[in-house]
Amino acid sequence: MNTLNNNTDFLLSIENLTVSFDGFKAVDDLNLYVDENEIHVIIGPNGAGKTTVLDLICGRTRSTDGSIKFRNKELTSMREHEIVREGVGRKFQNPSIYEDLTVFENLELSFPRGRSVWGALTFQRDQDVKIRVHEIAEMVFLNELLDKQAALLSHGQKQWLEIGMLLIQDPELLMLDEPVAGMSVSERKQTAKLLNEITKGRSVMVVEHDMKFVEDIAHRVTVLHQGKILSEGSMAKVQADPNVIDVYLGH
Amino acid sequence: MTSNKSFMSRQELLGILVVSALLFIVMPLAMDIFRLNLFGKYLTYAFVAVGLVLCWGKCGILSLGQGVFFGLGGYCMAMYLKLESSTPEATAIQSTPGIPDFMDWNQITALPWFWEPFNSLTFTLLAIIVVPAVFAFIIGAAMFKRRVGGVYFAIITQAIAAILTILIIGQQGYTGGVNGITDLRTLKGWDIRTDDAKYILYYVNGALLVGVLLLSQIVLKSKLGRLLVAVRDQEDRVRFSGYDVSNIKIFVFCFAAVFSAIGGAMFTLQVGFMSPSFVGIVPSIEMVIFCAVGGRLSILGAVYGTLLVNWAKTTFSETFPELWLFGLGGLFIAVVLVFPNGLSGLYQSYLAPLVDRVVSAGKRNSRTDAAPPPSSGFGAETTAKAAE
Repeated sequence: MNTLNNNTDFLLSIENLTVSFDGFKAVDDLNLYVDENEIHVIIGPNGAGKTTVLDLICGRTRSTDGSIKFRNKELTSMREHEIVREGVGRKFQNPSIYEDLTVFENLELSFPRGRSVWGALTFQRDQDVKIRVHEIAEMVFLNELLDKQAALLSHGQKQWLEIGMLLIQDPELLMLDEPVAGMSVSERKQTAKLLNEITKGRSVMVVEHDMKFVEDIAHRVTVLHQGKILSEGSMAKVQADPNVIDVYLGH
Repeated sequence: MTSNKSFMSRQELLGILVVSALLFIVMPLAMDIFRLNLFGKYLTYAFVAVGLVLCWGKCGILSLGQGVFFGLGGYCMAMYLKLESSTPEATAIQSTPGIPDFMDWNQITALPWFWEPFNSLTFTLLAIIVVPAVFAFIIGAAMFKRRVGGVYFAIITQAIAAILTILIIGQQGYTGGVNGITDLRTLKGWDIRTDDAKYILYYVNGALLVGVLLLSQIVLKSKLGRLLVAVRDQEDRVRFSGYDVSNIKIFVFCFAAVFSAIGGAMFTLQVGFMSPSFVGIVPSIEMVIFCAVGGRLSILGAVYGTLLVNWAKTTFSETFPELWLFGLGGLFIAVVLVFPNGLSGLYQSYLAPLVDRVVSAGKRNSRTDAAPPPSSGFGAETTAKAAE
């Protein structure tokens, strides 16, 4: 496939992306573009391939065909940690944090320095690191809890901690998989506020089921159905689309 | 918990000091040279157990083949010592004088090429570190780059232990077979069988063990130490934070392998022989039990666990030889069911708060807050960390 000379101005451009698991196409010939400083939300019924798209971008799943370009660099052939170092951050659906370590240590480990074995061995907790950790902790509402063991945080706080762990890496593209699942109403509001704040200077891709939340944050919405795009555009446009109402919103 | 900035907390410093006092003062005074030599033999297993704390306890890589590395180190040392004791004069009655006796018995007439370099002590000392490190690197790279982990990794290491044992026994002419390499006498002309030599070797062994403990402490206190725990708990999160997880695993596996090999070399020196019975599946699993009994999260716990299990083994098998294996099995079940964090876990729950109070009493002025109460359950790792 000739994908050599189709560079774009988009931060992320996904073209003709296909992945099949034993013949079942979880993502089928998908084209999707993400602009700079955009909050792009992917919605769709269960099994539509939303999480798979995020997995493909961050290298967790290998594509069968197609290309994913980030700043015109091909990601499909890179290994996971290389993709991260290019500036793509990924938050998982279930909060995945280091439960045995403190909040501070969780953030410190995510600080983008000393990522080789030798680098980790000689890493110094200097002023830069401390300032940055406090800054991020403040953003994700955890500045009072830096010395607390992460396992003892509430579910919502764990989600914020993981977002904080991504923020400290300062990624250009941040991917969030159901960031408000299991959160209380007030936590949801705080998270929406947080997302609007952290999107300054970066793009965010969100997979979410909560329509109210999507309305609050989305600049652009893509509706996936059976691995294909059903509809794309502003929230209002998507909500009015009869196809979308039929397969997803209607139920 | 104290700040990670300092290399050691007062508790940890105290722990190292107590172990040093035990090794260097109490035991030599309390035991005759026969018992002390036996104790020194137990201590060589502690090297393996400390390696397992880093590899298994901290990073979650269960290796059931640490005997392989113990054996590699031991055999490297034994090959050197054997060559030194196989002078043409000492082996004049053989049909080919100047080669190790077991080779002569197996109709081998020239020293095999891979034995040649072991004429040099410098090469041998390097080989004790390099050979197991390279071997561990190859296994680690082959497994961890392909994301083989957990039970599969444990089974493969077990298979490697079995393969190496079979290889050693099968290649009798080159390795001494099932008897191993025996009848070792001198190191650079210095007789290692005398009581004086045994005392010196015991102290060298103890010093090396304290060195290994300090080295482990440096690793655990660095960011790498916290990264090991992170890999154990959330491997994917570490990977998606920009780290190459396989490199971290390879490193810690090699690190543990080198520790084991140092233990193996000291074993050969103190006990005077090396055989495949320290390489295979059974010794490898026993070493994991030493580590588990001591507490797999604590390097000091591993040392005490090793000593305790081996002391029990010797005592019980002297009195009730047929019951010992049941005792060992029962001990392992007790560790898993009753005290999953081993001796160090018990110490943390019952003794550490007392010790902490005593230790911090002298320094109260400079401390703003009292030590936090030990948390249970979720706090296991935190408390175990303080134990080190």
